[in-house]
Amino acid sequence: MFAGKRLSKELLKMKEHLPPGISIAKSENLEEWQMDIRVLDENPLYQNQVFRLKFTFGSKYPIEPPEVQFIELPSTSETPRSIPIHPHIYSNGIICLDLLSSAGWSPVQTVESVCMSIQSMLTANTRDERPPGDSEFVSYNRRRPRDINFFYDDDNV
Amino acid sequence: MLSGFDIHVLTQLDIARIVSPALGCLFCCLPPHLIFRGISNPYRHAAISTAATAATAATAATATVQSFLPTLPFLSAIQRSRETFNLGSNFFFVPAHTGLAADTIIFTTPPQTRKRKAAEAAIIDNHSATKDSVAYSQAATGPPPRKSARKTKTVDPEVADPNPATDLTSIVSGVFTVSVEKRSPDLATPTLTSMESDEDFMSVASSADDFLDTQMSDDESLGEDFGDDFDGGFSKDKDIIATARKPYEVEFSVLSPGDIDREQNRQINEVSSILSLPPESAAILLRYGRWNREKLIESYMDHPEETLEEAGLGTNFESEAKTEVVPGFMCDICCEDGDGLETYAMRCGHRFCGDCYRHYLAQKIREEGEAARIECPGDSCHMIVDSKSLGLLVTADLKDRYQTLLTRTYVDNKENLKWCPAPNCEYAVDCSVKQRDLRRIVPTVQCNCRHNFCFGCTLNDHQPAPCQLVKMWLKKCEDDSETANWISANTKECPKCHSTIEKNGGCNHMTCRKCKHEFCWMCMGLWNEHGTSWYNCNRYEEKSGSEARTAQAKSRASLERYLHYYNRYANHEQSAKLDKDLYLKTEKKMTSLQSQSGLSWIEVQFLHTASQALQQCRQTLKWTYAFAYYLARNNLTEIFEVNQKDLELAVENLSEMFEKPVAELANLKVDILDKTAYCNKRRVILLSDTAENLKNGEWSFNADW
Repeated sequence: MFAGKRLSKELLKMKEHLPPGISIAKSENLEEWQMDIRVLDENPLYQNQVFRLKFTFGSKYPIEPPEVQFIELPSTSETPRSIPIHPHIYSNGIICLDLLSSAGWSPVQTVESVCMSIQSMLTANTRDERPPGDSEFVSYNRRRPRDINFFYDDDNV
Repeated sequence: MLSGFDIHVLTQLDIARIVSPALGCLFCCLPPHLIFRGISNPYRHAAISTAATAATAATAATATVQSFLPTLPFLSAIQRSRETFNLGSNFFFVPAHTGLAADTIIFTTPPQTRKRKAAEAAIIDNHSATKDSVAYSQAATGPPPRKSARKTKTVDPEVADPNPATDLTSIVSGVFTVSVEKRSPDLATPTLTSMESDEDFMSVASSADDFLDTQMSDDESLGEDFGDDFDGGFSKDKDIIATARKPYEVEFSVLSPGDIDREQNRQINEVSSILSLPPESAAILLRYGRWNREKLIESYMDHPEETLEEAGLGTNFESEAKTEVVPGFMCDICCEDGDGLETYAMRCGHRFCGDCYRHYLAQKIREEGEAARIECPGDSCHMIVDSKSLGLLVTADLKDRYQTLLTRTYVDNKENLKWCPAPNCEYAVDCSVKQRDLRRIVPTVQCNCRHNFCFGCTLNDHQPAPCQLVKMWLKKCEDDSETANWISANTKECPKCHSTIEKNGGCNHMTCRKCKHEFCWMCMGLWNEHGTSWYNCNRYEEKSGSEARTAQAKSRASLERYLHYYNRYANHEQSAKLDKDLYLKTEKKMTSLQSQSGLSWIEVQFLHTASQALQQCRQTLKWTYAFAYYLARNNLTEIFEVNQKDLELAVENLSEMFEKPVAELANLKVDILDKTAYCNKRRVILLSDTAENLKNGEWSFNADW
């Protein structure tokens, strides 16, 4: 009930106005939303690409952070989406961002503000690489993002 | 001369006789310089006092005791001998008992001791030790058989209590003092006086001596040697006197949750008054500074604003913690904007509705276990929620949890505090031993829940082995590295293709199944070099096999060495695990012993004492083997091994006693008591020796740590 009210208000507000480069892709229910984001400037790494973010909300949202990760849509689909290359984004779409952990999360954050943070995280990136140990992590990880203990070492994102 | 003695007395003397030659042996087999240089004081001391003891024992048996009874040098000689060996405490009572005119010795007795003594005399019925003492006194003049001695004792009208049952009950039920005080005037008989002087002797001895106060078992057994030590409460007067610490003991204190809270509050109030900040802010500052008061105050004095900012406090202390209704407010968390919404904001001004604040705090405290560093819910605001704000918003059970978490972080943050690791134990132990001291000290502490653990690593008591060695040892035992070791000791590699081969037939002519290489199992050399003497390899010096052989021998030797220590370690560990059963069995035995022999519950406590001593000694022994594994061989190691052997022997002897049929146990009481005391004393000697050498950095190890 707590999450529902807040989410419907967020949705209402987002439908009214969204910052450039961010749009709602799916919001049929109040448990999972999908958002499309696009990097605004001329960053060659992400030029002309749109990425799909999946938000999963628990019943304790916004006290608890939502689960946020990039998802891939096949190139044959109407809207092909890939996982952006970034030193803090694993190739399975899991994002290592302290904002999304319970320690870094603030209940004042919204879907919109999370999208903006991730958008700026991409914008600022100049490195064409995956996190260290990506292939290993991707093949062994069966956990959900919230159960992973990330070690946030990079303050420059 | 000894033949006519009562059995029990014989045992005492026997111990004296056994111990002194054993010690003699110890010294004989060591080079003389060791005795004076290498051996630490207990030994040197022991050498002297053993001689004294042996001499005393002999004289006590032959000479008329009165003649040297009051001479203090004699007493102190005995005292000294006690200090080094607990040769069975009866030893010291010998003079007093023998000299029936013991009232010639005048000692000052503390009132408690008198009361207690009087009470002991009052319920003297069936007192084995008193019997023994009388038996002894008669033995000294002309030895009657033990049984008649017993009779003499039990009919003694002065001592025998007319109504032992009532007295016992009163003691058990705790109205001890009252009943005793009534009695004491009528008990001023010669026999009693002699008893009292015994006790005086004891208290004199105990002041000079250091008792095994940690266990109290020595105390108890001493008391029981001629009476019974009734309960812990009464042995306290001894404990107060006996404060001297042994080399292996560390100073520590046990704190209850209440103590910890008080200590926290004391520090908070202190800092609060020094910095003139509200207590809840001082608490946040202290937690931020990990309770390092001096550093915190210094940093605050140097740049107060930065410190406050970093600690998550802000500089504005004006506002008061209260909820408000703000017109036109919309909560950023739940997007609620109704009129009359109760809201709250800390000094940072981030205002949210009361419900959201409560949910947020509940989530942090209950789900995330956070307390000391809960930040404002506002985005990137690092203001810490103080206890006042929290108290205003959350329910009582959350407040309790919050307090518990705070206490937990307090103990975790303080280097000198550790939680007792026993399940459900809520005490913490305060000990000043630092991490860097752990190379030289093994700080075993005992919690109020009676759990013994190491303050350094919170594992179970592992004296005498230092924490680091314990870690290495446990890892080694756990690791599969030993499997590899086994393989290398029991198998060989084909010299050509390096396949691992285990020999399963008798013939030394090996043909590798993989590469068909032919070699000799014995020397690893080429088989065709062996000529016709193939069935009896005599080519050990052959160069072709010598390298393979050295590697093999090395690994085999190291495996055997490891297994030697591991087997003994595991054996004691196993026995320690069986101790629980043993204890239960002991309880049963105690119960049946009561009904069979008519002894009281208190009088059969000696079995409990003995089983506890066994457990503790086995625990120590277990770790001596892990310790020994890492010791390099030298003279100190020799001494260590002799000590280890002595303790092990003592433990096995005592352990054997528990196998005896219940019917015999009552008669073996004194024997068991002696053996218990001896075990404990051997343990003290062993631990003191190792601890002292560790402290002085005398040990040399064969491993880096």
